[in-house]
Amino acid sequence: MTSDDEGRPGRLPGAAGPGRAPFAHRAPAPDATAHRAPAPAPDAGSASAPDAVTCRGLRYAFGETRAVDGVDLSVRPGEVFGLLGPNGAGKTTAIRCITTLLSVPAGMVRVFGHDAAKERMAVRRLLGYVPQQLSADAGLTGRENVALFARVFDVPRRERAARVAQALAAVGLTDAAGRLANTYSGGMVRRLELAQALVSAPRLLMLDEPTIGLDPIARTSVWEHINAVRAATGMTVLVTTHYMDEADQYCDRVALMHHGRIRALGTPDELRAALSARRRAARTAAPPTAPGTPTPTPAPAASPASAVSPSAAPSRSSDAAPTLEDVFRDVAGSGLDEQSGDFRDVRSTRRTAHRVG
Amino acid sequence: MSEAPAAPHTASAEPATGAGRLDLLLVPPRARAGWQVLPARVVAMCVVELQKLRHDRTELYTRAVQPALWLLIFGETFTRIKAIPTGGTPYIDFLAPGIIAQSAMFIAIFYGIMIIWERDAGILTKLLVTPTPRAALIAGKSFAAGVKALIQAVVVIVFAALLGVAMTWNPLRLLAVAVAVVLGSAFFSCLSMSIAGIVLTRDRLMGIGQAITMPLFFASNALYPVSVMPGWLQTVSKINPLSYQVDALRGLLLGTHAHLALDFTVLTAAAALGIAAAASLLGRLAR
Repeated sequence: MTSDDEGRPGRLPGAAGPGRAPFAHRAPAPDATAHRAPAPAPDAGSASAPDAVTCRGLRYAFGETRAVDGVDLSVRPGEVFGLLGPNGAGKTTAIRCITTLLSVPAGMVRVFGHDAAKERMAVRRLLGYVPQQLSADAGLTGRENVALFARVFDVPRRERAARVAQALAAVGLTDAAGRLANTYSGGMVRRLELAQALVSAPRLLMLDEPTIGLDPIARTSVWEHINAVRAATGMTVLVTTHYMDEADQYCDRVALMHHGRIRALGTPDELRAALSARRRAARTAAPPTAPGTPTPTPAPAASPASAVSPSAAPSRSSDAAPTLEDVFRDVAGSGLDEQSGDFRDVRSTRRTAHRVG
Repeated sequence: MSEAPAAPHTASAEPATGAGRLDLLLVPPRARAGWQVLPARVVAMCVVELQKLRHDRTELYTRAVQPALWLLIFGETFTRIKAIPTGGTPYIDFLAPGIIAQSAMFIAIFYGIMIIWERDAGILTKLLVTPTPRAALIAGKSFAAGVKALIQAVVVIVFAALLGVAMTWNPLRLLAVAVAVVLGSAFFSCLSMSIAGIVLTRDRLMGIGQAITMPLFFASNALYPVSVMPGWLQTVSKINPLSYQVDALRGLLLGTHAHLALDFTVLTAAAALGIAAAASLLGRLAR
């Protein structure tokens, strides 16, 4: 089970170009080698290039609480995919299923074609994971923190120091590498965690609320490092956040999650355009759906609020431009503000915020 | 309007990665062969433990206080009053191996609290997402406890020597002492981590840790020979791995009669059992 079963040829072509092709917002990316066609076509990672992450009918319950309640999603190789939602929406649980931390009880999860339930070690070798908490070991230096993960991912001794140095350089921590992590600021700890995740050259970087509790400048810095590393390595990024503005700015595609289900899925532009269209349609009292327009990766049929099909071009802005938050309020419907986030969730958020100061 | 958000994307990638030499970060490391994973993870965890100890030695000093007091006050006093039949050896000599085992156990029992703390801090979560089987992770942690306990044992041995305890300096015997200390600590850290996997919170574990360490200590041959115990306590002592550890340490350090083969068998089996139990309960902490 620990066998290294992927030689990873063709990892860089396409997605890794310095031209930042993955940032392009238009859905049909020109380099069709890395990006699949924008059409949904949810074939479960078949044939040529499997999706970075494929979830089909993923469910997970803690006792009575159905944290994840039938999630279908595909993360394409090379994209930054945002999983959005308020506390308690099920984002972290979904992430923990994909990382093999929680065993998948129902449904299917695949990471680059590897089944997360059956090939745990193979999946873990593909992952770099940064949990929600600031998880660097405060009693170790930055360099030692990264070296631990180099060891645990079987980096041979002769290239360990060089690899650790590169990971630290990639996040701009070379100068602070010899200091104990408990002297780092919150943003520096996040970047250190990023270096810990990068040292094993993951193909999929999973970030759970990477900017929670950080000040705006640190948030921007963390995102800039994520983007720069991604541009250089072509890795796929799956990020959860409840900062809608960040998702809008940095994610290629987003999924809006609420009460364990995905309520909408598409590029931020598509989602906002869809909302504008719906608002316009509502104003003119026309039926909300209009035929003949391409449906941009609609939300899975299981979710009740999948009527996100945009019915017109997004150009005409008669009313205030909707934000992703507006989209979220629209698709989530009522019950947004009440009982979001269980106690442990909130507590850990507070603790993180407290540690950041 | 739809083009507007594209601007920050393109603008955002310029800074960071000054040098941009990331070639090694493009190549995933090769996985080790199956049998090498366990020793590699054990080494990784032990290295972390030593690095932490190097940065902050406070624990080393504070942890030395209690065994010092046991030897100095309890040991010296009971040597004078000769209340405990030790078969000819001075009581402080008899006590020294018991105190080594005790202080090693106290360190190891702390590991359950530590693993809960690491869970809360996200450190454990992150380690569980690495290609490390749970048993290897637990084995790594428990041997790290052993390394820490070993340093503690050295402190106690030196202190006992200063108090005039006549111990062996035979390197082979000392090596065997080290093995006994590591195995015992591995068991007690796994016991503690197993309980952590059951009770799940630090507060509960602290109470339980307090509740079990002293009984484990008193229901062993650390302070007095088994022969003076009442029958029921002798039975408890027989199933207490600490007794076997003390027996081995006493035999090796003082040259008294000991059942070394039995002792090491029991300690090895207990450590293996502990690792298996803690590894199977680790999933509860990951949830």
